[in-house]
Amino acid sequence: MNITEKILASHCGKKEVAAGEFILADVDIALGNDITAPLAIEEIEKLKAKSLPHPEKIVLVADHFTPNKDKESANQCLKVKNFAKKYNVKNFFELGCGGIEHALLPEEGFIMPGNLIIGADSHTCSYGALGAFATGVGSTDLAFAMLSGKIWLKVPESMKFVYHGKLNDWVTSKDLILYTIGDIGVDGADYKAMEFEGEVIRKLSVDGRLTMCNMAIEAGGKSGIIAPDKITLDYIKQFKVPKGKVGIFESDKDAKYANVKEYDVGKIEPQVAFPHLPSNTKGVSEAKNINLDQVVIGSCTNGRLEDLRIAAKILKGKKVHANTRTIIIPATQKIYLQALKEGLMEIFINAGAVVSPPTCGPCIGGHMGVLAKDEKCLATTNRNFIGRMGDKESEVYLGSPAVAAASAVKGRIAHPEEVASRKKKL
Amino acid sequence: MIIKGKVHKFGDNINTDEIIPAPYLVTTDMKELGKHCMEGIDASFAKKVQQGDIIVAGKNFGCGSSREHAPLAILGCGISLVIAGSFARIFYRNCINVGLPILTSGEIHKNTRSGDILEVDLLKGEIKNITQNKSFQVSAFPPLLQEIIKAGGLMKWYSLNKQLESRK
Repeated sequence: MNITEKILASHCGKKEVAAGEFILADVDIALGNDITAPLAIEEIEKLKAKSLPHPEKIVLVADHFTPNKDKESANQCLKVKNFAKKYNVKNFFELGCGGIEHALLPEEGFIMPGNLIIGADSHTCSYGALGAFATGVGSTDLAFAMLSGKIWLKVPESMKFVYHGKLNDWVTSKDLILYTIGDIGVDGADYKAMEFEGEVIRKLSVDGRLTMCNMAIEAGGKSGIIAPDKITLDYIKQFKVPKGKVGIFESDKDAKYANVKEYDVGKIEPQVAFPHLPSNTKGVSEAKNINLDQVVIGSCTNGRLEDLRIAAKILKGKKVHANTRTIIIPATQKIYLQALKEGLMEIFINAGAVVSPPTCGPCIGGHMGVLAKDEKCLATTNRNFIGRMGDKESEVYLGSPAVAAASAVKGRIAHPEEVASRKKKL
Repeated sequence: MIIKGKVHKFGDNINTDEIIPAPYLVTTDMKELGKHCMEGIDASFAKKVQQGDIIVAGKNFGCGSSREHAPLAILGCGISLVIAGSFARIFYRNCINVGLPILTSGEIHKNTRSGDILEVDLLKGEIKNITQNKSFQVSAFPPLLQEIIKAGGLMKWYSLNKQLESRK
């Protein structure tokens, strides 16, 4: 069996499962946010449930439209807060206590290798970075999981992606995943688990791995996963009392895969996904004369400390272009505080960027940086669909924090080496 | 279960931001969501739909965000069935869970025009294009999903199982 099949088998009381099989599996953590939890809460209220069997396995995060963008979103957050109180869900993270869910849950120790995590948010697949099976579901699935502790799943086929060689200067995990999505397309891994392997993956930090697994969904993937290793185990050591059971699984040598893709990363330069699909990727050197009205560095994809450090490295002592509004969004309060301590915030503010509180905000065109008609933005987010960040006639380009920071300085899409010397390379 | 309605045709990779743009996610009211259904791709769509109409789309329908507001908006504006070449997986399970009927068939997309009238037997997987006088057969759902669909969605299936358990 491969790692995904092993984790799923261990969660439905079977010795073995095979791709295509339908199972009812035990959930270790069920996640909802201010947009998706209200629908689940209504379902639970309809059934007049008196209590939930495992409130400690539920995590609720107010992050999408927070700080509340209008009275309707305020009401949705209040609904989640009241529900958490009524049903004794201690892990409710309001504004000021947490941040963007997919940066927050690993940081708070909710994700352990071998766990089965479901979340009513498509980017729940991020957690595969720590060797867990994690998948995005809908609100009714969340309601069902909160009530029963279970989820129905079809055991997915797996695709293996192996990355060999040496990364070029300024090439990050964001570039690897954009390149991969560009190669296989937005439905290239539909219904499948994407298993990332190879010496390049083994050298990636946990932050970098979270970025890769985060975007599995943009290729249609059910999950992304990286088998746990020393880097994973060192990361979870920070949690003295793990919130879940740790299960170390790896794929057997004769494990089955629907497809195996091998990449020589030496051939990959920093990538940009052009409007309006994450699969419209090109090397940044092909993105000529694309002037930008806005740059956003943040989101569940690239709002972690490593991302902010790279951006600061490029922006230090520089100014963002007069025509390019630059918004930096640390993904959690802890990341914000650490960035502050390291002097990164001073670099950003001196460069003329604005620092926003942790929120999904502009990534879903909610608030905190919505685009006007005909405006162009390069963002470190995960989707560039039509109208995703505002007006239907605006354009979103996706790239890494390094490309975003360099582009902010140049006022157009730029290669990081145009702005920062090679000595500063990653 | 027989569904008969007029076809509204869409292409490949229709994402949930197009089905229901994020700014409308401040409500869970199906009718209200329905007023903005498909607004990201066709601003006047909801006004064109008559109760019982059918969406026919290409591959990867419903890709992107996990928002269950997408199938709810489709139900809320009066659509009775979605037939697509393939579905993005979260959207697929959301449809099963909320009780929006769906069928997978690339052939239908190739052989149907906007405005055609289809008659569909959901359980048998038989699709008739009345306008063009053609018939198609699609494969049935796996047993677990059939159970959930028959119950009328995941929560109704949950309640049903709870009742059965308490009788034991």
